[in-house]
Amino acid sequence: MTIAGANRVEMAEPSESGRFGDYGGRYVPEALVPACAEVEAAFRAAWADPDFVARYRGLLADYAGRPTPVTECHRLSAELGVRLLLKREDLTHTGSHKINNVIGQGLLTVEMGKQRVIAETGAGQHGVATATAAALLGLQCVIYMGEVDTERQELNVFRMRLLGAEVVPVRSGSRTLKDAVNEAMRAWVSEVETTHYCIGSVMGPHPFPWMVRELQRVIGDEAREQCRTLLGGSDPDLVVACVGGGSNSAGTFAGFVGTSARLVGVEAAGGSAVGRGVPGVLHGMRSLLLQDEAGQILEAESISAGLDYPGIGPEHAYLAGAGRAEYASAGDDEVLDALSLLARTEGIIPALEPAHALAWLVRATRDGTVPGGSTVLLTMSGRGDKDASQVMSLLGDRVGLG
Amino acid sequence: MALEPALRARRDAGAKLLVTYMTAGLTDDWVDYLQVMVEAGADAVEVGLPFSDPAMDGPTIQEASVRALARGVTPGSALSALAAREQPVPLVAMTYYNLVLRAGLERFAARAVEAGVTGAIIPDIPLEESAPWEDAASGAGIATVLLAAPVTPDDRLALLARRSRGFVYGVNLMGVTGERATLAGSAKVLAGRLKALTDLPVVMGFGISTPEQAVEAAAAADGVVVASVLMRSVLAGAAVGEVGAQVADFRRALDEG
Repeated sequence: MTIAGANRVEMAEPSESGRFGDYGGRYVPEALVPACAEVEAAFRAAWADPDFVARYRGLLADYAGRPTPVTECHRLSAELGVRLLLKREDLTHTGSHKINNVIGQGLLTVEMGKQRVIAETGAGQHGVATATAAALLGLQCVIYMGEVDTERQELNVFRMRLLGAEVVPVRSGSRTLKDAVNEAMRAWVSEVETTHYCIGSVMGPHPFPWMVRELQRVIGDEAREQCRTLLGGSDPDLVVACVGGGSNSAGTFAGFVGTSARLVGVEAAGGSAVGRGVPGVLHGMRSLLLQDEAGQILEAESISAGLDYPGIGPEHAYLAGAGRAEYASAGDDEVLDALSLLARTEGIIPALEPAHALAWLVRATRDGTVPGGSTVLLTMSGRGDKDASQVMSLLGDRVGLG
Repeated sequence: MALEPALRARRDAGAKLLVTYMTAGLTDDWVDYLQVMVEAGADAVEVGLPFSDPAMDGPTIQEASVRALARGVTPGSALSALAAREQPVPLVAMTYYNLVLRAGLERFAARAVEAGVTGAIIPDIPLEESAPWEDAASGAGIATVLLAAPVTPDDRLALLARRSRGFVYGVNLMGVTGERATLAGSAKVLAGRLKALTDLPVVMGFGISTPEQAVEAAAAADGVVVASVLMRSVLAGAAVGEVGAQVADFRRALDEG
């Protein structure tokens, strides 16, 4: 089923200037303009090259474990009164969808003749994924991580180092994800001849929002086919995914934007760029940003470090404005409840990020926003292992472990 | 005071141009620092309007920005402080695009002009993104200074030199602002390429830390920007007079060649 006529919104290539509607673009210093143009040209060529695509798909299959399954949640479906299907990105190597992007950008780095990758990371998922791809492909790897996050996510710092990456604690600004992006940008300017900046989400200057969405669309493309098999040839009524920068949701939505499915992205209540953001320019892109009246960027705050980003990918800002996708938010308490609910009913412990998507769904089924009997595809973007100690300290008392 | 005529007049009189930098709101008496720079021989002063995410700046300007923001400075309060004291040299606002967008392009330009600002440097809008601001700025009488990088290709450099107003800012090196032990080799190459393209004053910046480096960079161009080394002094608590003496050292070295 497709949406007819004037209402049709596509997730196509951005304009020549890298725009999705009014959002996107390439707001970088002059010194980075040639590098962005080089990445764009290299990706355009690689994505059209059957050899490159075969190598990418080969590694996704043999190394990352794709295709990931779609799991029907029978017990939770009964509880919620809908038919819930989970796209299981949590079952990939390294435990989240981040691997899809880094394998693509890692191969592209080799293709461009560069020997080094740098990346930012918040909770450490993208850092671990980048370090993994770098080890696999024999690339040097440096990860920029806010000092606050290196302390909160000690285990991921150790993982990255074990994988051979250098982890640089970022002590500037708020010492969290947005400052890690600033520091990676600063490093990229001085090392751009040898180094690719492997941005972790659908954000940054053109071509990154487009490229990362294309590298993540495997989630949505697989899920659409799998849903059709499970749903007797139909598409789901509702497609839900969590949104920080928005890469798993962009990849998921790309598979369903041409269907009649209702698309919902769920942000952390403390980092709701669509809900509370204002158009602005940060990290190379024009998008919706949390900012004060003078234009200073505000801190996002939530229990999920992966959603602690004060902006959102520009294509999401476009989809929101065009009305093709809706963006909601979930608060910390309902997220912890949803995490426990999925664990108890389905034996799946989700990462805190996709638990936001689930929390919204639970609320929406109870308040009637999602009608009973709906078919729902929710992207389980990552597994909960990384959050176990944090969740233990938050929930320990409730489940008798505190 | 209009930027380009002032700099051209000084250059054509045989002087090497000295552009200094002051982070707005860094101290209570930040305008005194700005003024002493002018008295010590700066031909223009860049006024940094601090942004929360200064991705083109190294540790010193970052620290200055953080401290000024913690003291509560806003673009509005900074411009008001400037307006209160007229300066005999051009003032150039240096900031990031989000602060300009948030205020609104025309409104930001109008407020800057009221404060006596006649130039603007916004490093995160390259040629492809800068036209809306350039239009608003020129409508208000503000010269938009464009930055050229060592990796800028020839055709692009020519376009950039044509569109820049006030002067062309040659970025000495591939990197962020901040002091360096030596002047990057790329500085002279870029200065030479720019001088061959334009009659606009060519001013080189990033990493100029000593009077000797300033002389070396200015030799191939029309002048230099000196920023981080001065802000390091202010951050370390240097008195207004001490910073004036530091600027005077640069002035003397440039005058003696």
